[in-house]
Amino acid sequence: MTATQQPPRDKDGRLTPAPPEWTTRPAPPFPEAAIKGLENQVQRANLRHATGTIRAKRARVVAEVDNWQDLRAAGEAIKNRTLRHLDQHLETLEASLTRAGATVHWARDAADANRLIVDLVKATGEREVTKVKSMVTQEIGMNEALEEAGIAAWETDLAELIVQLGHDFPSHILVPAIHRNRGEIREIFREEMGVYGTPAPEGLSEQPPELAGAARTHLRNKFLRTKVAISGANFAVAETGTLVVVESEGNGRMNLTLPETLISVVGIEKVLPTVADLEVFLRLLPRSSTGERMNPYTSMWSGPTEGDGPQNVHVILLDNGRTNALKDPKGREALRCIRCSACLNICPVYERVGGHAYGSVYPGPIGAILNPQLRGVDNPIDKSLPFASSLCGACAEVCPVKIPIADLLVHERHRVVEEKKRHQVNQFEPAMMKAASWVMADHKHLEAAGTASSLAGKLLPIRTIGPLPGPLSRWTQNRDVPMVPAQTFRQWWQENRGSKENHDERA
Amino acid sequence: MSARDDVLARVRASLTDVTEPDGPVTNWAYGQPTPMADVVARFDQTVTDYKATVVRCPAAEVTREVVRGLAETGAHSVVLPAGCDEQLRRTLEMAADLTVRVDDGSLTAADLDATDAVVTASAVGIAETGTIVLDHGPGQGRRALSLVPDRHICVVRSSDVVSDVPEAVARLAASVRDGRPLTWISGPSATSDIELSRVEGVHGPRHLWVILVDG
Ligand code: SF4
Repeated sequence: MTATQQPPRDKDGRLTPAPPEWTTRPAPPFPEAAIKGLENQVQRANLRHATGTIRAKRARVVAEVDNWQDLRAAGEAIKNRTLRHLDQHLETLEASLTRAGATVHWARDAADANRLIVDLVKATGEREVTKVKSMVTQEIGMNEALEEAGIAAWETDLAELIVQLGHDFPSHILVPAIHRNRGEIREIFREEMGVYGTPAPEGLSEQPPELAGAARTHLRNKFLRTKVAISGANFAVAETGTLVVVESEGNGRMNLTLPETLISVVGIEKVLPTVADLEVFLRLLPRSSTGERMNPYTSMWSGPTEGDGPQNVHVILLDNGRTNALKDPKGREALRCIRCSACLNICPVYERVGGHAYGSVYPGPIGAILNPQLRGVDNPIDKSLPFASSLCGACAEVCPVKIPIADLLVHERHRVVEEKKRHQVNQFEPAMMKAASWVMADHKHLEAAGTASSLAGKLLPIRTIGPLPGPLSRWTQNRDVPMVPAQTFRQWWQENRGSKENHDERA
Repeated sequence: MSARDDVLARVRASLTDVTEPDGPVTNWAYGQPTPMADVVARFDQTVTDYKATVVRCPAAEVTREVVRGLAETGAHSVVLPAGCDEQLRRTLEMAADLTVRVDDGSLTAADLDATDAVVTASAVGIAETGTIVLDHGPGQGRRALSLVPDRHICVVRSSDVVSDVPEAVARLAASVRDGRPLTWISGPSATSDIELSRVEGVHGPRHLWVILVDG
């Protein structure tokens, strides 16, 4: 399409599918959202299958690496050193990027970043952009900011496309549509693809190859004509100004090479000092995340390359709360996270409640730490998140950069309690936290909450104090933040899972 | 204050507890090989594991194997990177049912989309992970070439095969420092986004045909 042509609008007058209603109002606190997740039988079945499969694959490929524990220690050490002198590494990165011909921008927060992105896209005269899966653009709400500015942003990762066309929200770091099954995906494609571009073929079946084929056709059209792409980055090498994107499908490569303009949004914690450091993370990441020895595609680029790929290359270095986490020497540890999602896949709480319950882009155990660290503990959702864990400790054992997730959750709980003492809070929130702690404390409670949830679901949003039947009556008995019976859960874990999967491989 | 100065000031203010400089990472030796009996045989096996085809041949037979790879994958048109082997180009141009395009930088994405296959050289092969790395030097083409056509015939020299990622990164560091982009390819394009069933070829080539040249 030419720059003057208007892209088509849907029946609501939007350029892209509207996000789910619940993302546009304040998210419910974890216990309330968790109950919705527990009620969703389809999602629970999908999650059990998916996380179980990835866990087993991961355990297998990790066991192949003789020096896995040394590798984890190296990953931890490199990230720690970088974070402890982040200012120097950022300045080096900026200088290297500039030398390589990229334009560097800085953003304090989401508003800064979105303003920069909208201006950069507008300057090209284009009204459509394609994206390679990037949690950071999700974090800043970029798609909606672009929509408001009259620019359509298209997800190109298959799972992200399913989520976007499904008027949905990602529920997993790595497999964002993990909560959807093939029947649901077929319906989404049949109903929505034609509204926004190449329609799904007639007679589309539920077979994954056919569904993937429909996505390939739908997106190819967009790839071949889009002149602006937006990406995130897995790593940014300070020494050379090299950005690294790790992916499977090739949509990343499409975005990184076909357009004329490339805008990359990079969290300031993504820096690695040298090219050599990549050897550690390119071994840790694929094995921890997809359970593969290596993901199908990895791209590295340092600014524009003459005659190859986008000639206008912009990099936006984003804070958006990362310096809050950096300030807290314990919270700093969470910034080592390389978003592999191993901690989600091993987490019994995540497996039951699903990613949406965490009310944020970063779900699971790491999300329960990162969100309060990035956003503070001022709102009910971020206050409740540190309680969204059984503290069984499995997450810390699989984490490739050795983030002591359970310890950090306890640390966050203290912060929330301290904060509560400092401010007078309303009655509702402490009850929510207690409820979360109790529900998460034992898998039986989780199941019980699931079965008793239709009633609770109706009662919860308005009234948590009051007699509830069955196991939920315990919610009204707690007076203080309860002790967590972590031992019980660990025993259950060992019996049910620990032995089968050897998740604490050669610790 | 500019956003830049603001962010850097916040970073510094967050790190006031850090007073001493950091030394090197002492407990890690970079660039070490991973011990294995036969790196080339392992590479053959791990690439095959991805459902790619691996053909081993002596240098003299590369051209013949390329022709065979194109025929077996059903390609009727092929793009060759600028700077590719002269003899290969002449041979392919003589093949009766093959349209040959040599990339001079003017082929559009749509041209490439209308081309069945691409033949490229490569910079490094990684045995442990079955990965092929292009640093887009001569004979390897710009990045779009090995991406858009549906079949990728890739020539890897045995002497470029290393044991594992650390050795590969050490070898490729010079290219990165020169500002060259890198493409790491481990098997054909794939997705597992639908109930974790693996589907090959979402956007990148659906067929990867590797010619592993002895010596
Ligand atoms: S916290 Fe660790 S395990 Fe979880 S996503 Fe981050 S790096 Fe992976």
